[in-house]
Amino acid sequence: MAEEERFAPFADAARARDADRLGMLIFLASEIMLFGGIFAAALALRLEHGPDYAAAAGHLKLWLGTANTAILLTSSLMAALAVEAARAGAPRRAARALLAALLLGCAFLAVKGVEYAGEYREGLMPGTATAHFDGPAQTLFMNLYFVGTGLHAVHVTIGILLMAMAALSQRARQDRNAMLIGNVALYWHLVDVVWLFLYPTLYLAGVR
Amino acid sequence: MSGTVRLLLAWAALMALLALTLGAAFLPLGPAKPWIAFAIATAKAALVLWFFMEMRSERGLARLAMLAGFVWLAILFALTATDYLTRAWMT
Repeated sequence: MAEEERFAPFADAARARDADRLGMLIFLASEIMLFGGIFAAALALRLEHGPDYAAAAGHLKLWLGTANTAILLTSSLMAALAVEAARAGAPRRAARALLAALLLGCAFLAVKGVEYAGEYREGLMPGTATAHFDGPAQTLFMNLYFVGTGLHAVHVTIGILLMAMAALSQRARQDRNAMLIGNVALYWHLVDVVWLFLYPTLYLAGVR
Repeated sequence: MSGTVRLLLAWAALMALLALTLGAAFLPLGPAKPWIAFAIATAKAALVLWFFMEMRSERGLARLAMLAGFVWLAILFALTATDYLTRAWMT
């Protein structure tokens, strides 16, 4: 393939990269707005039912939530290292870093699954036969918790699949501009940022 | 400083902030607690954006695109709070 065809309709790699990156960032802004609705609901709930909100949040598993924050931050580091490696022309190192990032993503989902199972057993999962809540505020809080973390878990799953795709693609690994790996990493970092705010909104709110 | 070292330092700072926010949650800080928790979360997000998402080396247009979502959220939160915080005044 001729050099100028590879980046068509753009003149060169730098232009193609800028356009790629800008499109991804605008998509991420729409993701921020999507999660923003959930955070606005949390804000309204907390302002209306402060003490009940804190009491409901106290039932969450703070230590599992904290462990998951550390897991996601480390996973983000691995994704960033994968981009570095691809740019440095080290495709195997890039693939290994992506693998580490996606395995940590799987670990995050496993911990989340343990949490959900615990909440099901404790009757904190809305819509299940064993569900029992202390009042309407706790019902609303647990709905919010499952919608927020559930939507986030969907994004984690998509991120894992995207990273697997990038790790398996020889072209992506060998691209010194790291266009595909770079954009997948951006998506993964945003999933991380969303969790950084879910953590104080849901978990830390319950600590007395 | 090499890029890898810089990323590792950013990660170390993120972990330190995580320990800090967890510790602060157990201190008797009263109504300041959520403010501190969200201030630390914002600091962590800023580190992720600046170092991991490479905003430090991006040009103005990309930085604006990254911030756009957060600006609209600030409006959403401010107007939501304006409603809920002033409802009591009307009774």
